[in-house]
Amino acid sequence: MKRETLKYAFIQTLPVLFGYVFMGMAFGILLEKAGYNFIWAFFISMIIYAGSMQFVLIGLLGGGMGLLSLIVLTLSVQSRHIFYGLSFIEKFKAMGKWGWYMIFSLTDETYSLLCGMNIPKELNQKQVFFTVAALDQSYWIIGCTLGAVIGSFIGFDTTGIDFAMTALFVVIFIEQWYSYQSHLPALVGTVCGVASLVVFGAGAFILPALIASVGLLLIFKNSIKQGENQEVCQ
Amino acid sequence: MSSDFLIPFYVILVVAACTFLTRFLPFALFGGGKEVPVLVKTLGDLLPPAVIAILVVYCLKGVSLMVAPHGFPEFIAVAIVALLHIWKRNNLLSIGGGTLLYMVLIQVVFI
Repeated sequence: MKRETLKYAFIQTLPVLFGYVFMGMAFGILLEKAGYNFIWAFFISMIIYAGSMQFVLIGLLGGGMGLLSLIVLTLSVQSRHIFYGLSFIEKFKAMGKWGWYMIFSLTDETYSLLCGMNIPKELNQKQVFFTVAALDQSYWIIGCTLGAVIGSFIGFDTTGIDFAMTALFVVIFIEQWYSYQSHLPALVGTVCGVASLVVFGAGAFILPALIASVGLLLIFKNSIKQGENQEVCQ
Repeated sequence: MSSDFLIPFYVILVVAACTFLTRFLPFALFGGGKEVPVLVKTLGDLLPPAVIAILVVYCLKGVSLMVAPHGFPEFIAVAIVALLHIWKRNNLLSIGGGTLLYMVLIQVVFI
């Protein structure tokens, strides 16, 4: 790989470097606190490589959730990714076997970087794409692993640090509230979540809440303004 | 091998497979230039905010309103995260500030 390619990709990924290392470390610390060391953090960030879902995963590692619920939950949390790939079908296909890694590593952040880049003509686009994706994942792996190592040395009382996950989802909730034309999906999720928690209890509420949300969204879909919600990336 | 190792290992594999599936789905289904079904598009578009809302509820599911401190630390901290974020739109500030406040609340204030 050319030196220029690496340099260009590195500069492009700088904003992600800080975001991923910070969030990765938060994940690593929480994971370590839940009883799983840095080897688990490395393994998880290597083969799953997803922000929100890894945080949710920490609570599921003990195995309390049934297989079907686990599958439905993961597919729902990651459902937005279905959109990202649509913008890159031709480009990733043209990358041959490297395209498989591009598909695997298409996170929110990598997607937005790939969308936003104006790659200089003298650089090879495929190499830039791959380098950006690989750098992003390496930041994430470093953050997650480092967090778990640091977590095992933290001397002060960390009780309550798991609130970072709640805070993360509140922040995403607000960001989506601003970026979506219609607030109905967010409200449907809130109502279904709370109602299902009251009816089914803390141990079993998530699957009914997801199913009810999908049902309601399909019923209301015509009254929700569509198409303007997504940033179209071409 | 003990189940302490195998259960988390299997959970990770399932989550990894499902995550890859959502990333791979558009390429598997529409790689040949076929039109994306309206239903898939609709759900990919509308589901994410609903799921995030459910995840907020999921994070707070263990809070008991009947028993002291009646969920006060959680709701105060969530409100502060929201206010910080609406004010500055800075993830680090909102998440870091809210988490520190929550730790102080449950370790020092509501004990």
